[in-house]
Amino acid sequence: MTRTSVRLHDRAVAADGLRVTSVSKSYGPTPVLRSVDLTVAAGALTAVLGRSGCGKTTLLRLIAGFDRPDSGTVTIDGREVAGPRGILPPEERRIGYVTQEGNLFPHLSVAANVAFGLPRRERRAEHRVAELLELVGLDAGFARRRPAELSGGQQQRVALARALAPAPGIVLLDEPFSSLDAELRESTRRAVVAALAATGTTTVLVTHDQSEALSLATRIAVMRDGYIVQEASPVELYQHPVDRGVAAFVCAVVVLPAVVRGRIAVCALGELPVAGPATDGPAAVLVRPEQVVLTGSGDGVPAHVVDIEFYGHDALVRLALRGANGEITARCPGHILPTIGEWVLLAVQGPVTIDAA
Amino acid sequence: MSRVRSRAPATRRRPYPPARLAAAAAVAALTLVPLFHVLGFVVAEGPEQAADLLLRPRVGELLRNTTGLVIAGCTACAVIGAGAAWLVERTTLPGRRVWTVLMAAPLAVPAFVNSYGWVSVTAAVEGFGGALLITTMSYFPLVFLPVAAVLRGIDPAFEDMSRALGNGPWSTFFRVVLPQLRPALLGGVLLVGLHLLAEFGALQALRFPTFTTAIYEQFESTFNGPASMMLAGVLVLGCLLLLMGELRLAGRVRVARLGSGAARTAAPHRLGSLTPLALTGMAALAVLALGVPLGSLARWLAVGSSTAFPVVALLTTTLTSIGLGVAAAVATTLLAVPVAWLSVRHPGRVSRLLERSTYFAGSLPGIVVALALVTLTVGYLPALYQTTALLVAAYAVLFMPRAMVSLRAALAQVPPELDDSARALGAGPSAVMVRVTLPLIARGLGAGTALVFLAVVTELTATLLLAPIGTATLATEFWSNSYSLAYGAAAPYALLMILISAPAAWLLTRESRSERLPA
Repeated sequence: MTRTSVRLHDRAVAADGLRVTSVSKSYGPTPVLRSVDLTVAAGALTAVLGRSGCGKTTLLRLIAGFDRPDSGTVTIDGREVAGPRGILPPEERRIGYVTQEGNLFPHLSVAANVAFGLPRRERRAEHRVAELLELVGLDAGFARRRPAELSGGQQQRVALARALAPAPGIVLLDEPFSSLDAELRESTRRAVVAALAATGTTTVLVTHDQSEALSLATRIAVMRDGYIVQEASPVELYQHPVDRGVAAFVCAVVVLPAVVRGRIAVCALGELPVAGPATDGPAAVLVRPEQVVLTGSGDGVPAHVVDIEFYGHDALVRLALRGANGEITARCPGHILPTIGEWVLLAVQGPVTIDAA
Repeated sequence: MSRVRSRAPATRRRPYPPARLAAAAAVAALTLVPLFHVLGFVVAEGPEQAADLLLRPRVGELLRNTTGLVIAGCTACAVIGAGAAWLVERTTLPGRRVWTVLMAAPLAVPAFVNSYGWVSVTAAVEGFGGALLITTMSYFPLVFLPVAAVLRGIDPAFEDMSRALGNGPWSTFFRVVLPQLRPALLGGVLLVGLHLLAEFGALQALRFPTFTTAIYEQFESTFNGPASMMLAGVLVLGCLLLLMGELRLAGRVRVARLGSGAARTAAPHRLGSLTPLALTGMAALAVLALGVPLGSLARWLAVGSSTAFPVVALLTTTLTSIGLGVAAAVATTLLAVPVAWLSVRHPGRVSRLLERSTYFAGSLPGIVVALALVTLTVGYLPALYQTTALLVAAYAVLFMPRAMVSLRAALAQVPPELDDSARALGAGPSAVMVRVTLPLIARGLGAGTALVFLAVVTELTATLLLAPIGTATLATEFWSNSYSLAYGAAAPYALLMILISAPAAWLLTRESRSERLPA
């Protein structure tokens, strides 16, 4: 693709931050991406969530330009960067790219790393580097350090500063927090999201960590076997998963057989209202453990406590229903726990979801 | 909380870039020319001719001498090298640093200088016993260095684990330490064996005929006789046997290098009352390997009646050696780049094959490579015969593995993700090369170049056969003087050889001491 043809494409497409259209990719006979569509609004943060091997890293590498799609188009900031008319190499796509390991250049200081993507005459401007370091919550004193002298979290922040320095049209984050330990991960996440929000940068975050996706992203695209199976806001995804697989992947879920009649599902936990439209007849309902409430008295389905997995802030309580009606998991606050063997009454709060599959 | 890295399609097959593949294949083909020429000759001659040339009592004697020396020399080097490494790295032996240097230093004294040191003192070292002594003293560092490095690098946590599981110190040594040493030990012994097969100067001076010395004499007397090619064929077979033996024994064992230097150091074994004995042994080793050759060199320099300093001749010879060394070092390292890059960045069957073939070509004796190049150029490319270019080509074939090892290690320290990061930041492929890859592999390039330079400066056999008429190097001048018993006249050449090797050697020790760049 020549430079002139690129310019022609510039005004071809509407100004979404990122638009991926019908992108497919196979390695040998194995399809990795199957006609993937994904749109990220300018300035938004979309998380691509999936288990390892689902194709999410491949999708990111196609957007970045490290790989070429077999078919389909990729548009960044209204400019087609991959498609039938040609492929733009990564260095011409104006992207920011942060990997799991950060991959700071070991032979350069922090300042030189941050300035790497700037035009030659701007590389020496110390205030630019200081601004960028401040943006990611690092002291300007870090500029002189070597990457090896930084902690993992600091390295990731510098990697983000380096990616943001050339003011990219989009930032691609490839599991940037997963090699950090739990404590660092929290603070690094906050710093990174704050910096991205401050610059209003369109961002794609690839992750396998549900809570990371739910807490950081404005939209989440769930990937499975090379397909995007659902794209929604975090709350929508949690409340209305398209199927049992997505529901279980996003958060723990209990599946119960039920019979639906007039938007009411009749199951072992009683008669429960159904969210959204539902056809009458036998079905499977999805109940979140946190919807199940243990009551000491009043109405409820009797059950006894089988065991308790305690996490501090809450606990997962496994309960056996009376008779042969199966097992239920409930999430209880950590400060009011039943004891094992105790009989309790169960109630369900809020509507339940019908499994479409 | 640790999670499995989700580099999902890590096994994605990246196609070989055609231009770089072609460059690597061309280099590998170049290195294989001598081997195929010798093998082709042997096959073309046919079994009858081969039997005619090989089934002679003289060949029987050569076979006995060569195999005897290889077996005894490998065993002696394994025992002495590994023993010294263990004493230095894992016991309370005083003076650890000094011993490390002294045990590595014999590598700086070429075997033919070592044997000159001995034979100019006493003729008693002629024959098998002397040959074994002198080659062992020259080559045991080839075992010492890798074994010491592994002993230093092994995470003592494994040994602690073994002790915790109820194994005593000896049982731990045999069940945990030795298996980890095996690849290094076998690799070192293989190098010793290949050096013994290729050794010419030291053995010729001791009048101990092996295949290599016999090929040289055959070549000198009859020039390009089929007999010398046939003997070269036998020598190639010997190399093959050694390489395959090592492959079989070492198997696919991989000993992971653990951490990058941060591992805890093991508590040393207490020598106690055995300390004097250990010190005496180490001192004796240092005297035999270093003291004798250097001492007699100094003696010949100082008091030898025939000592003369033909300044002009010394100067021009030194410049020739330096020039050849630099030219060959640069050419070899440049040639190694495409093969090393391909094998690190695109590991696969083809790249492995190309890389291996350069190693295999480099393990052939200098005499075989030289003989093949002589007969080839005389037969097909007379314009190249007796040229410096041909000599440099021979050096490149012989010493490419040295450059390759350094380059590979350096390239492996540059994760491809760095390329991705640089390109995402707007750097094109050539900018990535200049701003990221080259700065990161500069040290490896330097180390490879220094290693090749060191080898070229002390190379004797191929130089004797291939140097253009009138081109004399320090090694060949030293050799011709000492072989004609002008020990005093030879001494200054040996001294100069050591002096011009010093800067490169110093560079290398600095390289190995400096901390590794974090990956």
